[in-house]
Amino acid sequence: MKRPRSNQEKPEAIYYYGTCLADLLYSEAGMAGIRLLQGEGVRVIFPRHQTCCGQPAFNSGFQDEAREVAEQQIKQFPKNIPIVVPSGSCGAMMTRHYQGLFEGLPLHEEAQAFSDRIFELSEFLVNVLKIKLADLGAPVKVTWHSSCHAKREFGLGDEAKQLLRQLKNVELVELEREDECCGFGGTFSVKHSEISGEMVLDKTRDVLQTGADFLLSTDCGCLMNINGALENQGSRVQVEHFASFLWNRTHAS
Amino acid sequence: MPPETMPHQTLSEKSFLEDTAKALKDPQLRRNFKRAMSGLVAKRRNVFPNASEFEGLREQASAVRRKTLSRLPELLELLEFNCERNGIRVHWAETTEEANRIVLDIANEAEVRLAVKGKSMVSEEMGLNAFLEEHGIEAIESDLGEYIIQVDKELPSHIIMPAIHKNLEEISKLFQEKVDSNSTSETAEEMTATARKILRKKFHDADMGLSGVNFAVAETGTLCLVENEGNGRFCTTLPKIHVALMGIEKVVESLQDLPPLLTTLTGSATGQPITTYFNMISGPRREGEKDGPHEVHLVLLDNGRSKMYEDELLRETLLCIRCGACMNHCPVYTRIGGHAYNTVYPGPIGKILTPQIKGIENAGYLANASSLCGACVEVCPVQIPITEILLRLRHNWTRQNKKRHWTDKNRLELLIWNGWKQVFSKPGLYRIQAGLLGRLGNLLPKQTPILSRWAHFRSLPRFSKKSLHRLVEEEGIDHE
Amino acid sequence: MSESVSQRSRIMKRLTTIHSRSQFAEFRPMKQPNPPSWTLKEKISRLKSTMEAVHTEVLLCNDLDFSSVFQRVVEEKGIGRLLYARNTALGSQIYLMNERTPKKLPELATYDESIENWKEQLFSVDASVTETRGGIAETGSLILWPTEEEPRLMSLVPPIHLAVLKAETIHHNFSEVIQKEKWSEQMPTNALLISGPSKTADIEQTLVYGVHGPSQLVVFVIQSN
Repeated sequence: MKRPRSNQEKPEAIYYYGTCLADLLYSEAGMAGIRLLQGEGVRVIFPRHQTCCGQPAFNSGFQDEAREVAEQQIKQFPKNIPIVVPSGSCGAMMTRHYQGLFEGLPLHEEAQAFSDRIFELSEFLVNVLKIKLADLGAPVKVTWHSSCHAKREFGLGDEAKQLLRQLKNVELVELEREDECCGFGGTFSVKHSEISGEMVLDKTRDVLQTGADFLLSTDCGCLMNINGALENQGSRVQVEHFASFLWNRTHAS
Repeated sequence: MPPETMPHQTLSEKSFLEDTAKALKDPQLRRNFKRAMSGLVAKRRNVFPNASEFEGLREQASAVRRKTLSRLPELLELLEFNCERNGIRVHWAETTEEANRIVLDIANEAEVRLAVKGKSMVSEEMGLNAFLEEHGIEAIESDLGEYIIQVDKELPSHIIMPAIHKNLEEISKLFQEKVDSNSTSETAEEMTATARKILRKKFHDADMGLSGVNFAVAETGTLCLVENEGNGRFCTTLPKIHVALMGIEKVVESLQDLPPLLTTLTGSATGQPITTYFNMISGPRREGEKDGPHEVHLVLLDNGRSKMYEDELLRETLLCIRCGACMNHCPVYTRIGGHAYNTVYPGPIGKILTPQIKGIENAGYLANASSLCGACVEVCPVQIPITEILLRLRHNWTRQNKKRHWTDKNRLELLIWNGWKQVFSKPGLYRIQAGLLGRLGNLLPKQTPILSRWAHFRSLPRFSKKSLHRLVEEEGIDHE
Repeated sequence: MSESVSQRSRIMKRLTTIHSRSQFAEFRPMKQPNPPSWTLKEKISRLKSTMEAVHTEVLLCNDLDFSSVFQRVVEEKGIGRLLYARNTALGSQIYLMNERTPKKLPELATYDESIENWKEQLFSVDASVTETRGGIAETGSLILWPTEEEPRLMSLVPPIHLAVLKAETIHHNFSEVIQKEKWSEQMPTNALLISGPSKTADIEQTLVYGVHGPSQLVVFVIQSN
């Protein structure tokens, strides 16, 4: 399916797929996403038994293990309503690879239906909810890292940047080589840590070059990676998921 | 050149990791590659400035190559028929050993002592130069980049620009020491002039010319070659014998298939709308003609390609037209260079080809050296789903490893993913793990194995005190 | 040879077996994009600018001034020995030029014998002049089908290649050429697209013109009045 899609009507209720990284490491961001959606008058349903889309195992070549976990996810989202995910790479996993994972298996049709209902958060906010944001924060400079999985695997455009541009006190500075991989790649960052290290180092150079106060993105894997490298260098650049950033800017703390 | 001094390629994960680490620490190599790759990326963007136009071209090029795959056996037979009808002798080789033997037999029959070579990646697969040397036949590379690395006894580091890892100073020194100490070799112009002089004599004296084939047209029995220097035309015209080496996937049906392939190949490879020469050969010298080889031979090499043909996804590896765009845009290749791979084909195409040619048990590890960023997929002119193929190869490698070949590292990985599966497929266990990580995860020391590899370049990630599941419960968000 | 036959049968057997049990997506021949429709003037202009971008010299002439333009170029480049084909229309023209004004043209040589007997001479000429079969505007290319009169090496060995291109033979693109001239019906031993003087960027991506092929390419585009 070509993304982003714009033929979805605003629904009464949606599912929220938190992702394991947001759950464990960026829970505030995960919550911010829910709040942004609720703020538009949509009922958010968070199935309690969701865990992980299976991408880490799948990308490492452990497809059978991934399938077992993926199966559990699909079963948690039975209603035919959109499933909104605050991550381009998890979104990509669930839209691009679930069909192949369940090919020839009883769950195949359900997996296909599941995939068809997946939306990434910024895509949903912009194209379906047509959210309008009012900036309550002080002037600040931000820059955007385009997660390569979000862009190339999921097909995300610049929806999140569109949201940032709505904020009148936020100056969005373009990042050089914005869509070059930050080097995370899941287990790649550990299996080939030296190459990954060089990639994230180059990414931090580009970030520091912008003079931005914030580095924002859609994907927690990238955030974790780039933040870790910036902190290691003693940088004060704040690395955030765009959902937390948007929520904080548009709501008095 | 004595054969024992030719570089030997060892395919091992250990040496790959070592060579990668070494390459990353070589500032000159890093500088050379960064500059070269950025240049090639910019040139390609210049020749394809319009994204939708490029997509249209890709659709055409991809359709033509897919047509080939959908009719491969038939087109190979048609190619053979028309080549033979034109007077081109067609030979088939399942293995590189067989291909080498064929070339040697042709050479021996004609008492060839000196051969001049145009660029051919298939000949690198064959290790042809070393083989001919062993049998007393000198094979001189005539493409300037190939010539440079041949003099330095190296292997190509890029499939289009074989000497891309060397900068001007390094080449200048090489020319001074090993090519011609009498001529000045400070500028590219001077060195090119020296090479021209030397190679001109070789063209003049050679008994046999060797070349690759960019595309072979089945309907007319025509071998097509792209080049900028003119050495390919020399190799295929001046010596009395011409031997063309080709992978079986390079056949196309008709002449009309050529224009989109030519445009996407030259544009993707070197950022040119067309190369200086497009050379189309349909036979040996005919009666009355004054030049051209008396004998033209075509060697069709399999070397694992017919096996790749088996699987619907893996077969798409055969769409490749060897343009090199994938490696030019690869964040891994740009940083480690071509030699670190120790393969004939480096970069993304190398990572999907090599495990399939050499066997997944021997080269499966190469498929891991990718963050799956997809930059290669975006620029591939024939739309090879490289990341999909990498994922499949990883899966195949794991499956293979589960049956046998367990190293300690593999065993550990299997344990980890098994454990992961156990916890993440059971919501109760998952919540317990989340709670533990929230409380204790941040206390894990940097030296913990696996974490330590992360911590070398980055501060450790911090687990949220309250997981999202917990926050959602506290907020009273609906769960159904 | 029988070894090759058995290799062939094994390879083909594998491929045909796989092919027979595989499903391939229906191949729909892509609709070839319509060729542009440039005027002759536009074609010439496009050809000229694309060629000049890669250091080809392009001179626009007509039937009347071709001789003088040609002689001027030959003189300016200091060509001492010029290889030409006696038995072509162009060759007759050059022969006559030489008859009329022998001092204005360099020593003329003809590629009369097989290369085996003529190597030294071929490698010692300063320039060659050939006809062309046509041109391609989109890529700035000359089309050559070498013949008995103008063999393959004639446009490769001499350091300077002078080529005569009739303006009305300039096509839009390669696809058009293949189609209009029905190339699939009969391919010559060698067909060439030549799009500039030889070049390389193998040394630190520095562009150098003049490697193994000619270092200069001069194209005379002749518009008939």
